[in-house]
Amino acid sequence: MKLKELESCLQQVDTFEEPKILLEQYPTSPHIAACMLYTIHNTFDDVEGKLVADLGCGCGVLSIGAAMLDAGLCVGFDIDDNALEIFKRNTEEFELTNIDLIQSDISSLSSDAYAKKFDTVIMNPPFGTKHNQGMDMQFLKTALTMATTAVYSLHKTSTRDHIQKKASDWGVNMKVIAELRYDLPASYKFHKKKSVDIKVDFLRFSRT
Amino acid sequence: MKLLTHNMLTSHVKGVTKGYPLLIKATEVKVSEEEFNPNFVSRMIPKLEWSALVQAADGLGHLQDLPTELIADYEANEDFLRKVHRVLLEVEVLEGCLQCPESGREFPITRGVPNMLLNEEEA
Repeated sequence: MKLKELESCLQQVDTFEEPKILLEQYPTSPHIAACMLYTIHNTFDDVEGKLVADLGCGCGVLSIGAAMLDAGLCVGFDIDDNALEIFKRNTEEFELTNIDLIQSDISSLSSDAYAKKFDTVIMNPPFGTKHNQGMDMQFLKTALTMATTAVYSLHKTSTRDHIQKKASDWGVNMKVIAELRYDLPASYKFHKKKSVDIKVDFLRFSRT
Repeated sequence: MKLLTHNMLTSHVKGVTKGYPLLIKATEVKVSEEEFNPNFVSRMIPKLEWSALVQAADGLGHLQDLPTELIADYEANEDFLRKVHRVLLEVEVLEGCLQCPESGREFPITRGVPNMLLNEEEA
């Protein structure tokens, strides 16, 4: 499947109807999701025939993309009922059967909960900007316990050095695959600007 | 919820030392055909708790001819891999609940999604 095709399909994924601010809910854009998945699949071969986890899956755009690229099984994790409902609807509309969902709170999982159960973890975690500081690192730490091959994640470029240091402390390799720009359209009432550009790193973590 | 996923789930209710395996109480189960990928199935086998898989399949009445003990040299045994594939990926629990073997706490499954969230007191 070509990148443009994948992106085009992902544009059909339904997203949050009433995003919850405190959970930092916003959809990963079809363009970014497609680029991420395309790289993970073509450059690293970490999707096809693999057991993939999507942490903080929301409405499922990353999982759906992974399933379309023939993941053996993609398991989405999210805390929110509404998001999971929309995700479910999406899997039915796309007629994808290699997807499973688990409702759980990633930030309160015990460290051995899903230890080494997955080949690959893909995620666009909350950045920790809404009274949930450090959430991105919690997600990352958990993801690293779950994946045997690699973790792919998006994090604010401004936190790159901090994350690099943590990665070293944890004994994992960190690679900046790309620098992206998030164009977050005003999605909450308090947003004054029409849209905001945030610099985001697409990172790959693997064991040394 | 597929049985491959169920095989990973544990109860972490406070005070529980071994919340595994979760007992499946299903009210609705679906079986559907899934594309068979022998490599994938073969690689998943070492990650599985085999007895928990057998117990889960049996509890749902879908054990059929899946061996109760893991056989040796399964990588090249297509027949065996197909049986494992069926149980791991083609049997889905749509409605019901998962029960913690130690605390008895039930985790509901709705439209195929198990809800593993704990209350404040249980976390």
